[in-house]
Amino acid sequence: MGDLYDSQRAMRQMRKAAMQRGVVAILDVGTSKIACLVLRFDGPEQFRSVDGVGSMAGQSQFRVIGAATTRSRGVRFGEVDAMQETERAIRTAVQAAQKMANVRVDHVIACVSGARPRSYGLDGSLDVSGGMITEQDISQVMADCDVPDYGADREVLHAQPVNFALDNRSGLADPRGQIGHQLTTDMHMLTVDAAAIQNLFYCIKRCDLELAGLASSAYVSGMSSLVEDEQELGAACIDLGGGSTGVSIFMKKHMIYADAVRMGGEHVTSDISMGLQIPTATAERIKTFYGGVVATGMDDREMIEIGGDTGDWEHDRRTVSRAELIGIMRPRVEEILEEVRVRLDAAGFEHLPSQQIVLTGGGSQIPGLDGLASKILGQQVRLGRPLRVQGLPQAAIGPAFSSAVGLTLFAANPQDEWWDFEIPADRYPARSLKRAVKWFKDNW
Amino acid sequence: MRSLIRRRKAADAPHDPAPSRLGYRYQRLLLTPGFRVFVRVGVPIILIAIIATSWFSHEENRAMLQARIDDARQGFQTRPQFMVQSMAITGTDAALETEVAAVLPMVFPVSSFDLDLEALRKQVEDLQAVKSARVKVGEAGALQVAVNPRVPVALWRDGTILRLIDAEGIQSGTVIARSDRLDLPLIAGDGAEQNIVEALALHAGAGPLRDRVRGLVRMGERRWDIVLDRDQRILLPGEDPVAAFDRIIALNEAQDMLKRDVVVVDMRNANRPTLRMNEEAALALRRVNETIPNNGANE
Repeated sequence: MGDLYDSQRAMRQMRKAAMQRGVVAILDVGTSKIACLVLRFDGPEQFRSVDGVGSMAGQSQFRVIGAATTRSRGVRFGEVDAMQETERAIRTAVQAAQKMANVRVDHVIACVSGARPRSYGLDGSLDVSGGMITEQDISQVMADCDVPDYGADREVLHAQPVNFALDNRSGLADPRGQIGHQLTTDMHMLTVDAAAIQNLFYCIKRCDLELAGLASSAYVSGMSSLVEDEQELGAACIDLGGGSTGVSIFMKKHMIYADAVRMGGEHVTSDISMGLQIPTATAERIKTFYGGVVATGMDDREMIEIGGDTGDWEHDRRTVSRAELIGIMRPRVEEILEEVRVRLDAAGFEHLPSQQIVLTGGGSQIPGLDGLASKILGQQVRLGRPLRVQGLPQAAIGPAFSSAVGLTLFAANPQDEWWDFEIPADRYPARSLKRAVKWFKDNW
Repeated sequence: MRSLIRRRKAADAPHDPAPSRLGYRYQRLLLTPGFRVFVRVGVPIILIAIIATSWFSHEENRAMLQARIDDARQGFQTRPQFMVQSMAITGTDAALETEVAAVLPMVFPVSSFDLDLEALRKQVEDLQAVKSARVKVGEAGALQVAVNPRVPVALWRDGTILRLIDAEGIQSGTVIARSDRLDLPLIAGDGAEQNIVEALALHAGAGPLRDRVRGLVRMGERRWDIVLDRDQRILLPGEDPVAAFDRIIALNEAQDMLKRDVVVVDMRNANRPTLRMNEEAALALRRVNETIPNNGANE
């Protein structure tokens, strides 16, 4: 795990450098579209003191100065499938965003939606024997967490301390400076397929960009579309994407579980395409124009021309009723939601104090989805749109951009991860000068 | 028969919006701030520098440019506004004027840019008779030379030549005969020209003897002799000669001393004025003393 620690630290350094330069790009490589936002950081607020929470929850420190989306190619299930194609698509998006921003970006923060995420809850404890908790203790207790064997072909994407407990007091956000005997921590670790990450990393590198951060798409869309009390009391964010559906559960402003269902809007489209025997592009068009999940009597009479290109008059003048279209879409959407339900049940979502479910992502725009979802997932379902951030163009404020917007928040103020804390002293190389300095610091 | 099935042509295929790798890099390069500044500022400067250098590297181009510049300068400097037409010398008499005019060799008209007024002033001031001078290009294109001539205060006999000398001891010309400048005192002797002020003070203090004073002679570069007519001579001390001269004048007023047969009045020792009579007077006195032995005793 050491090299991951180092690579994540390197990414943090890169992010710091990008902040210093003031420009960083956000890249959401999805299955159906690639979104690129260019952020400009102007530092902390200029006209107000930075005490407490600033205006707009501290997001006024950055501004979106460039935004571009392009049709994604070569991505399946949120993973890079055809690298050349993906690279070209990334290049298109980045170039358009750069052109709009009129500035060159070198650092990019990306998110992955697929790559089979897997959540682990870890806990560790440390005997501090009546001393004051120092930062070193915190990193030590996190290092003491017993990490499960998650497989050699996987990498840790997030490892966030979710909770600290000191003796019998739990729920501490920051135990530093407090005095106790037994410090325990709960940590949430998310691992993903290393190969998928490697491929994305390689694609971004081929575009002359440096990766300054990597996040799970489910996590960042939860950050952008859940409101504060939902994050605090417990809520699940369901990001219905093109090729995969992300699920993330938040509690006490921390993500405690994330998973992804490898099904999404493109599967609905391919169902329509197969069921009606029409090209994918037409299927996508009629899905977005006429799609739905709840059929009414009116829908039987609404006929949709589905066309064709064969030259056969009968074939090219086919029509379907909207009810038929809904009849194709609904089972697939139900299947996706049921799969989500399974994941939520596995995570123990029903034990949370509040069981709010927020649907976001491009797939959440299907009319009637909230009604269907409340039947499958539970009563408290709402459709979520991402938070408004400064300078975001009108075209990019829809739910399809919730993970891109979440990435901007992630770029502006990332949560503390395991690697943001000091390396515990016993992990330094044995004869390191740093270790000697540290010993001096601790003892004098 | 015409095909019923409409085939898709290559042009109908969806356009690939992706930039080529090269195009992408090129655009990123153009968005680099340093490169933008270089293109906007550096490239024009370099281009101009290259063009200018290649143009100047030809000898005939340089010569042409130089000729152009010279022409333009010439044309500007020879405008009638800048031409000096005449010369006016003020503040001096005719003799000095010709002298001054001789050292300023001028061919009029001449452009005022070609005149080195400072050098002209130096030239004029180098003349002995000129104390200082001001040279300017005045109105109506006239070169005005204002000369401040040296005022001679004494005549200095240097061998057979009579020189005019001013208060600072600087000679400003010669005269042929003493009678040319009877108003000036005559001084002579080694180092006389360095003590003009003292000589003038003595001359001014001559009072009733003024008509009889022939001149002042500096003796041994330390004291003055006043030479009167009838070959009489007053030997003054080195220190405070004016007071000694005043005593002589007083004696002369009281006893007409200098009308008598005195050759030398020696005041070198102020406490003991000494007279030397001429030979005849001395003989006569001796004769009287022999005939009237008690003459002096009776008085």
